[in-house]
Amino acid sequence: MSGSAGRDPVYVSRMSPNPSTLTRRREFLWGCRDELPILLGVAPFGMIYGLLAIGAGLPASISQAMSAVVFAGSAQFIAAQLIREGAPAAVVVVTVFVVNLRHALYSASVAPYLKPLNRKWKAILAYLLTDEAYAVAVTRYVRDGDRTDVSPFRHWYFLGVGLTLWVSWQCSTAVGVFVGARVPESWSLDFTLPLTFIALVFPALRSGAAVASALSAGVLAVVALALPYKLGLLLAAVVGIAVGLAVEARRS
Amino acid sequence: MSWMPALALAGLITFATRLSFIALLGRVETPPLLTRALRFVPPAVLSAIIFPELLVKDGALRLGLGNARLVAGVIAAAVAWRTRNVLLTIAVGMGALWILQAVLPR
Repeated sequence: MSGSAGRDPVYVSRMSPNPSTLTRRREFLWGCRDELPILLGVAPFGMIYGLLAIGAGLPASISQAMSAVVFAGSAQFIAAQLIREGAPAAVVVVTVFVVNLRHALYSASVAPYLKPLNRKWKAILAYLLTDEAYAVAVTRYVRDGDRTDVSPFRHWYFLGVGLTLWVSWQCSTAVGVFVGARVPESWSLDFTLPLTFIALVFPALRSGAAVASALSAGVLAVVALALPYKLGLLLAAVVGIAVGLAVEARRS
Repeated sequence: MSWMPALALAGLITFATRLSFIALLGRVETPPLLTRALRFVPPAVLSAIIFPELLVKDGALRLGLGNARLVAGVIAAAVAWRTRNVLLTIAVGMGALWILQAVLPR
C-alpha cells in the first residue's frame, strides 16, 4: 500500500489526493470503495427488514418498494411495525417524519459543500443522504478541510458512496423478502425488530439525559399502548425527547 | 387497503427533509434547540418501541419470568451492552427466545 502512495490516488484512502489526477470515474470508484466496509452492517439489516416486512403482513411488492421510496432503515422498521399493529396511514407517515427528522441535520451539514452543484445533482445526492452515506461522505469533505485545490468532482465521490449503499440495500431487502415468505410464523422472526433496536439503543445512551429520555419514553409507551390510532409511540417519543432536554438543561 | 399512497407520501417527506438545507444553499443555520432535541430521538424512539414489545402480550402487562420475550430481551440487552455488536445481539436474543419457547409452558 505505502509503496503505491502518491502514484495511484485510488489507493490513498486517508489523504486527499492531488486533484489534477482525479477524474469523475476515479472519484466515483473511490466513493464506492470507501462505503464497502459499512455494507457489512447494512446488508444483514436490509435482510432483516425484508423478513420483518413480510412477517408484518406486507405484500412483497410493497416491502420492496418501501426500500426504494423511503430508503431509511430504522424508519422502514418502524413503519412495518406500525402497519402490523393496524395503525392508520396518517400515524405511519407522521412517525416516519419524526424518525427521519435527523436527516435535516445531515442536510445542513453537507449543504455548504453541495452549494455549487445544479438542482439535479442536489436532488440526487439528497435522495441518497442516509445515515451511512452521510457518515462516509462528510468524512471526505472534512478531510479536505479549507483547501482551495480540492477536486472539482467530489460530488462523484458522494454519488459512489450513496449508490453503493442504495444497491446493497435494495438487494438485501429482496433477499429478506424472498426468504421471509418461506419462514413459518413459529420461528418468531418478528422478534428481530426489538432485538435490532436493543442493539442500536445502547450506543445512543451516552449521557444521563439520554438514559432518562430512553426510560421515560419506554415506560410511557407501555402506559400509552391503549391510546387510539397507535399514537402511543409518537407521544412517548416526544415526551422522551422533552425529558432528555429538561435533564440536560438542569445539569448544565 | 393498499399502503402504497401512504408510503409514497412518507418517502416524499423523507426526501424533502434530506433536501431541506441543501436546497437552502447552506445559508440557514439549524436552530440550536432542534439540534439538541434531535440527539434524543434515537434513545426515545428506540425505547418506546422496545418496552411494549418485551413487556406487553395480548394487551396485558407481563413482568414475570414466564414471559419468554422479556427474558430473551434482557439477555440480548446484556450482550448489546457488553459487545455493542448488532448481529451478535440478534443471534443471542433469537437463540434465547427459541430455547425459552421450547422450555416454558405456553
